[in-house]
Amino acid sequence: MRQVEKNREREKIQGNSGRRKFLNRLWTLLGALALVECGWLGASIFESRKKRRQVRKKDTIIIAGSMDNFKPNTVTAIPQGQFYLACLEDGSVMAMSRTCTHLGCSVPWDDEQQKFICPCHGSTFSLTGEVLTAPAPRPLDTFPVRIENKIIKVNISQSLKRDRFEPSQATRLS
Amino acid sequence: MNSQGKDKSRRSFSDFLVHIHPPTVPEETLRFTLSWGLGGMSAMLIFLLFGSGILQLLTYEPSVSGAYTSVMAMYTPQSLAGWIRNIHHWSANLLVIFVVLHLMRVFLTGAIGPGRRLNWIIGLVLLFFVLCANFSGYLLPWDQLAYWAVTICTSMMAYFPGIGNWVMALFRGGNEVGPATLSNFYALHIAFIPGSLLLLMIWHFWLVRRSGGLIRATEKPDSPTKRVPSVPELIVREAAIGLSLVAVVLIISVFLNAPLDEQANPGLSPNPAKAPWYFLGFQELLLHLHPVFAICVFPVLASLALVCLPFWRGAVLPGGTWFGGQRGQALAMWSFIGGILISFLLVFVDENLLRAGKGVDGIADIVSRGYLPLFIFMLVLAGGLQLLVLKFRFSRAHAVMAGMMFSFAVLAAMTIIGIWFRGQGMQLFWPWS
Repeated sequence: MRQVEKNREREKIQGNSGRRKFLNRLWTLLGALALVECGWLGASIFESRKKRRQVRKKDTIIIAGSMDNFKPNTVTAIPQGQFYLACLEDGSVMAMSRTCTHLGCSVPWDDEQQKFICPCHGSTFSLTGEVLTAPAPRPLDTFPVRIENKIIKVNISQSLKRDRFEPSQATRLS
Repeated sequence: MNSQGKDKSRRSFSDFLVHIHPPTVPEETLRFTLSWGLGGMSAMLIFLLFGSGILQLLTYEPSVSGAYTSVMAMYTPQSLAGWIRNIHHWSANLLVIFVVLHLMRVFLTGAIGPGRRLNWIIGLVLLFFVLCANFSGYLLPWDQLAYWAVTICTSMMAYFPGIGNWVMALFRGGNEVGPATLSNFYALHIAFIPGSLLLLMIWHFWLVRRSGGLIRATEKPDSPTKRVPSVPELIVREAAIGLSLVAVVLIISVFLNAPLDEQANPGLSPNPAKAPWYFLGFQELLLHLHPVFAICVFPVLASLALVCLPFWRGAVLPGGTWFGGQRGQALAMWSFIGGILISFLLVFVDENLLRAGKGVDGIADIVSRGYLPLFIFMLVLAGGLQLLVLKFRFSRAHAVMAGMMFSFAVLAAMTIIGIWFRGQGMQLFWPWS
């Protein structure tokens, strides 16, 4: 009995009367609009951050040095660009990210064993950045290299992912 | 104030307490061994975290250049700020343990049936937020420990198929862990997560009250429930346990300093570099399984299973008795021990026999270290379930509990291996050698 009364009461509050229905809908609409606005606000803040990053990217050409400084089969760390410059057997050069492709640790070059050894999970990479032992899923990322007047210039704004080493990834003096 | 006014204000205070609790509670739910006070202790720790967190805001500086030195400065001899940081650290770590145990308690006493389903799901969301809070706080000291743990964990996110890289860039605020990451994590840690936690906690408590307080065995018709007033019977017990817990945390914090490593150095990974301990189970899985399966498939399936659990007909244990009785207790114990032993055995075998000197092989890897383990795990769970129900005449609820205990044991074992059995280069070693 009380339940029936309650239901009737509720009906009265939620209202079948036109004006109340209209106002309820208006409130719902306004609420939804406010949510959308909040979302848009958040998105615009994220967007502006992305723009800031792009501005920073403009001056990301790093001069690694003269060709004469790099001997075949060596790897040199370029601290100001946070990458390695590997000089291959035939004298061509590759710029490789120092970030392990497994979980992002910083990979040091072991000169004695002639390979990159990740301290975190023991992945190893060859001179060309290819995976020698797991768990790393793909070779070290590379950066585009340009040689002008025997000066090596590396563009570090965007790292390039790859599945295997191909000779085209290395740049030689033409 | 006249005596009438005093009385009124006193009553309004006890009314407020009563508003969280019902005016009277069944006497049997006061038994400590029913709940072990885990939910209450978790709430207490969260309040302790709020307090110590607010105090740390006074000394902490959320910038890459200032964070580390501001944390270091907390430990000058005249300052109590270091003690506050220790309290925050130990409460946070205890909280992870307590909320997981609380989840297991709720499951094992059958407190997820009809009327409590929504609260189970809110509890799962709360668990997620507690982990997020812990993880986001981990970066703030900006030491080597923090920097590399967060690098590893955000890299783990990138293995999510499709959206992984986007999620990683969102959290890092760029491609690397840097100033943007720190401000992201700071905002999450001090505003977004605590705010959400607070709202959800209120909802969580209110739903406990609405479903009639703690779970208890169904009433026998000949012995009606004996009820006692919440004030003082329940309140005194809660205060005793909560305040003892606070005392213990404060004393621990006097003697044990929260870890603080060298300042973060993006060019030098420490060896070994580990995730925070509560994620080491996943990092351990990552050493054995294909990344997509370790990071995405298994955790997503496990979360789905947890969410769906209360809606599975007959899968919920009878309320108010641990493990659904004596027989269930033995079953739970053996599933747990079995899970631990099998995990250790599998890790050992994989490390020494299968993995030794193996390279990567893209396609073969996703089958042998992805689909195959998933298939075997599912087969073991489903087969075990059928075996228990058909051969040993256990109820479905008991069989599901065995599966849950088994999975929990696997996760626990992985975490333990990750914490204590992994040394340089994440090689397996014996902690006592």
